[in-house]
Amino acid sequence: MQNLKRNKMNTVFEKQNRSGPILFSKYDEGSGIEKALSMDRNEILNELRDSKLKGRGGAGFPTSSKWMIVAAANDEKKYVICNADEGEPGTFKDRVLLSEYPELVFDGMTIAGFTIGAEEGIVYLRGEYTYMLSYLESYLEKMRQSGRLGKNVLGKEGFNFDIIIRLGSGAYVCGEETALIESLEGYRGEPRNRPPYPVNTGFMGHPTIVNNVETFALIPHIVLKGGTWFCENGTDRSTGSKLFSVSGDCENPGVYELPWGTTIKELLAIVGAENAKAVQVGGASGVCIGKKDFNRSLAYEDAATGGSIMIFNDSRNMLQILKSFMEFFVEESCGQCTPCRIGNVKLLEGVEMIEKGEFTFEYIEKLKDLGRTMQIASKCGLGQTSPNPFISTLENFKEEIFKSKAEGALT
Amino acid sequence: MNTQTELRSPMSQRPHIISKAKDRTGIGANVGIEVNGEKLSVPMGKTILEICRENNVHIPTLCYHEDLCIAGNCRMCVVEVEGMKTLQAACAFPVTGPVKIRTFSNKVRKARKHILDLLLSEHYGECYSCVRNNNCELQSLAKEYGVDGYEFGHVCESRFEIDKTSHAVVRDMDKCILCRRCVRTCIDLQEVGVLEAIYRGYDTMIGTFMDKPLADVICINCGQCINRCPTGALHANDPSDDIWKAIEDPSKHVVIQTAPSPRAAIGEEFGLPPGTSMTGQLNTAIRRMGFDRVFDTNFSADLTIMEEGTELLNRLKSAIVDKDKSVMLPQFTSCSPGWVKFIEHFYPEHLNYLSSAKSPQQMFGAVIKTFYAKEQNIDPKDIVTVAVMPCAAKKFECNRPEMNSSGYKDVDYGLTTRELAKMIRETGLVLPELPKSNFDEPFGEASGAGLIFGATGGVMEAALRTVYELVTGRQVPFKNLNIEACRGMEGIKQASVKLENCVEQFSFLEGVELKFMVAHGTANAKTVMEMLLKGELSDFHFIEIMGCPGGCIGGGGQPIPTSELIRKLRAKAIYDEEASLPVRKSHENPRIKYIYEKFLTDGPCGKLSHKLLHTHYQKRGKFIS
Repeated sequence: MQNLKRNKMNTVFEKQNRSGPILFSKYDEGSGIEKALSMDRNEILNELRDSKLKGRGGAGFPTSSKWMIVAAANDEKKYVICNADEGEPGTFKDRVLLSEYPELVFDGMTIAGFTIGAEEGIVYLRGEYTYMLSYLESYLEKMRQSGRLGKNVLGKEGFNFDIIIRLGSGAYVCGEETALIESLEGYRGEPRNRPPYPVNTGFMGHPTIVNNVETFALIPHIVLKGGTWFCENGTDRSTGSKLFSVSGDCENPGVYELPWGTTIKELLAIVGAENAKAVQVGGASGVCIGKKDFNRSLAYEDAATGGSIMIFNDSRNMLQILKSFMEFFVEESCGQCTPCRIGNVKLLEGVEMIEKGEFTFEYIEKLKDLGRTMQIASKCGLGQTSPNPFISTLENFKEEIFKSKAEGALT
Repeated sequence: MNTQTELRSPMSQRPHIISKAKDRTGIGANVGIEVNGEKLSVPMGKTILEICRENNVHIPTLCYHEDLCIAGNCRMCVVEVEGMKTLQAACAFPVTGPVKIRTFSNKVRKARKHILDLLLSEHYGECYSCVRNNNCELQSLAKEYGVDGYEFGHVCESRFEIDKTSHAVVRDMDKCILCRRCVRTCIDLQEVGVLEAIYRGYDTMIGTFMDKPLADVICINCGQCINRCPTGALHANDPSDDIWKAIEDPSKHVVIQTAPSPRAAIGEEFGLPPGTSMTGQLNTAIRRMGFDRVFDTNFSADLTIMEEGTELLNRLKSAIVDKDKSVMLPQFTSCSPGWVKFIEHFYPEHLNYLSSAKSPQQMFGAVIKTFYAKEQNIDPKDIVTVAVMPCAAKKFECNRPEMNSSGYKDVDYGLTTRELAKMIRETGLVLPELPKSNFDEPFGEASGAGLIFGATGGVMEAALRTVYELVTGRQVPFKNLNIEACRGMEGIKQASVKLENCVEQFSFLEGVELKFMVAHGTANAKTVMEMLLKGELSDFHFIEIMGCPGGCIGGGGQPIPTSELIRKLRAKAIYDEEASLPVRKSHENPRIKYIYEKFLTDGPCGKLSHKLLHTHYQKRGKFIS
C-alpha cells in the first residue's frame, strides 16, 4: 500500500506515473494473446475460474461462469461485447484504460473470442467518448497490421477475430447489458426481459458475452500469470484489484488501482480526504456512507462498487446531493417500466418537499416503502438501484437533513 | 396466428421462448413446481402467467395481451419466485426448473398496489367521464386492489391535446399508461408501425413519426390498437351526436345499414357471451331509436360478389383469351378499407391487383342515394345514410373524396358496433330482451354468402359459390356449400378448385385450377405481398385480404376485449346463422336479380355499375410530409 502513487487528474501523458498490482503493472502488447493461443480453451476457462474474477461493471457476476455458458453454447455465431458505456456518475476508469491501456482491453477481448469461439468483438463506446474514437480505431488498425486481429490471429490457424467500435448516444440505461444490445441492434435502448440472458440470446439472438472494459483488461494478466496469482490480491470473495475513480473533496482525485478489501478510511488517507463527511460508493445508484461506517471495506461482500467513489466534506449539503442524484434518475430512466418511470419522479418530489420543509414523516416513510418496491419490481438494474441513494442518504444522514427541517414539518 | 417468423418488435418487447418438447411424457418435458403451496406438474418453458391462468390462479396484468408479444413493462403481474432477490414478471418468466412461486404474498401485493398508485398518479381524468367507464382494465384493477385514494397524488391538469385529426382513431394521451400494447399491435400484429414510444423516462409517450397528428401519418385506421388499449387512451371518432340530430330532423330520411359482424358481437356490450347473434333484436332496437329504414349490408355484399366475381372472370378472360399483359392477376379483394389503405401506403405501385369494386358499405350508400331515392321518390339530399360497421377504417372510407358517385356523399356516417351499443343504451332499450324483426324492403333479403363476409375467408367462400356456378352451371363441389378451406383462424390459407365442364360462355376456363388464398391481419397481408413480388403467386387467381385479425368480426370497432377465442365464437355465430338461411348464394338473392333488372340494366361491371359501384385508388406511399 505504501508504494501506491498518488495521481492527479489523469491525462494520456501520465501513464508512466501510474502503478498498481495488476492493471497498472507492466504488460507487453500481444503477450496475453500469444500465451492464450498456446493454451487449450478449457485451460483458459480453468484459470479464469481459479481467479474467481467477478465482473467489474458493478454487478459482480462471475466472469468464468458467463464465459463457460457461451463457450458451451452451440451456435454458428457468438459475440464478444465490451461495455464501454461508462455512464455511472463518478466513474472514469474505463476512459483511462481505453486511452492509456487499449492493448489490455483489446487483447482481453481477443482472448475472450478465442476462448468462447467468437469471431466478432464489438466495443460499445460511450457517446461522450467520441473523441477517443479515431485513436482507438488507429490502435485496432495497428493490431490488424501486426496480426493480432484479423484472419488466423498471430498465425493461429482457424482463429479469426476482429473488433469494431460502435458509439452510444448518451443514454445511461444503455450501460445495462440488454439495453446495450438493443441499442446495438438499432432499437431504442431499453432493457429486455431476463431471462433470457445475453449468454443464451444476446446480440442478434446469438450467445454473447458482455463484459466491462476493466474485466477485459484483467484477462491478459490472468492468462499470463494464472488464476492463483490473481487471488493474491484482494479478499477471499473479492479477488484481485480494482480501479477506483475517486472524485470530489480530496487533494488527489484520479484513478487508483487498489486491492479489493481496502477500507474507505484507507482510501481516504491515500487520496488526501481526511475531513470527508460522506462517501458515495458505487455512483448514483450506490449507497452513501457516513463517517461512522468508514471502516467498511470496498468489496463485493461489503460496499460494492463499479469503481465510483465520490467524496463529500462538511461544506456539502447532503439533501442537495441526493436531489441531484434523483434528478439524474428521473432524466435517465428509460421510461419502459412503471416503477422506475414514475417512482423516481415521486422520490424526487419527496426530496423537494423536504427541501421546502413541506413534508410529513409519514409520507417520507411511504416513499421509502415505494423505493423498496422499486428495488424489487423494476425491470432492470436501473430502477432496482435508483432508490438506493434515497433510502441510504435519508437513513444515514437523517440528523443533518431533518434537523433544521423538522420544525417546518407538518406533523 | 401470425404466420410470420420474423417479428419486428425489438427483443425488449419479447418473451424468452423455450422450445417445447413434443412428447409431454418424455423426461424433462414436465417440471414440478409449487404455486402458493400447491404442487403442479407443468410443461417446461411455459410462463408463470400461462400456468397460473390454466390453473385458475388469477394474476393481474396490464401490458399483457394474448394476441401480442410480451413486453413485461407494466410490472403488475410480478410474483415472488423463491430464491430470487427481485420479483419476477409472471408474463415473461418461463419455468425451466422446479420453482416455488407465491402470487399474493405481502411483498407482491404491496408492489402491485404501489404500481397501481403510480399509474393512477399520472392518469388524468375521471372514470365517469371516460368512454371506457366500466370496461377499463386499470379501473377494474383499482377495484381489485381496493384503491381508495391517490397515495402519490394525482394529475389535475390535462397535459396533452387530444388528437382528433383522424376520421377513425382518437388519441387521448392523458389516459395513456404506456403499456405499449398499441405499439406492439401496430408493429407486430399489423406490420404498420405508426406508433412508437418517444422521448425518455418520465417524458416517455406514445407518439407518431415526428409526433405528427394521426391523420398525417401512414395509419391505416384499422383500429386494432383501440381494441387492445386497456384504458380510454384510444377510442374511435364517435359521430353519434350528429346521427341523433339527423334522426330528430323531420326533413331527413335516415337510413341505416348493418354489417354482418356487429350483430354477432353487439350482445357482448349487453353482457351476453361472445357469439350470441342479435340480428332480429338489433333491427327492432334500430327502428325504435327512430331510424327510418334498416337495411342489411349483406345485400350489398351480394352485390359486391356479383361485381367482384364478374371482374375476376373478365380479368381471366382478358388474360387467357386476349393474352392481355396489362391485366393483373391474382385479383385482390377490396372490401376492407384498412387493407386498401395499407396497400396504398406500402405497395403503391401494385394497386392494379386490387379489384376496383367498392366495399359493400360504399356500394350500398351509392345505391341508396340513387336507385332507392328514385324508387321511394325521396330527394337524395335529404337522405342520411349511416353504416353500422365492426370497423374503424370505414369511418375513413366513407370520407374518401372519391366516394361520392351518387352525386352526394355515398355514406354519411360510419358507426362502430360499440357506438351503436352506446346509442341503444342511451335510449334505455335492453337489446337482448327486444322482440326480433326483419330488415326493411326493398333490400330486405340477403343471402348467406353476404353474411359470411364477416369472418376471414367469407368473401372468398361467397365469391367461389357464385363464380363456380356461373362458370360451370353447377354448385360448388363442397358439402352443404361449406368451403372449409376458407374457414378458420389460420393467418394465411390457400386452396384450389378445378373448373370442369364449363358452360359455353366460359369454355376458355375449361380445366383451369382456380387457385385462391385468404389472409387476415395486415402482417399476413404483407407476407402475401412479398410472396407476390417474388413471383410466388403467379399461378394464383384470387386473393382475399382482410385488414383485421379474424376478419371483420375482429374489427377495430367491435366490443372490447378481443382474443382469438372471442373471434372464433363470433365467427361461429355467423356461420351457424348462415347455415340456416334459405338463400346462400349471392346470385340467387332475388333482390340482386331485381336491381340488375330494374336499375343496373347493363349487368355486373356494366357502365352504370362502373360509375356507382367501382372506384379507384391513390398511390399514397410512405412519405410523410
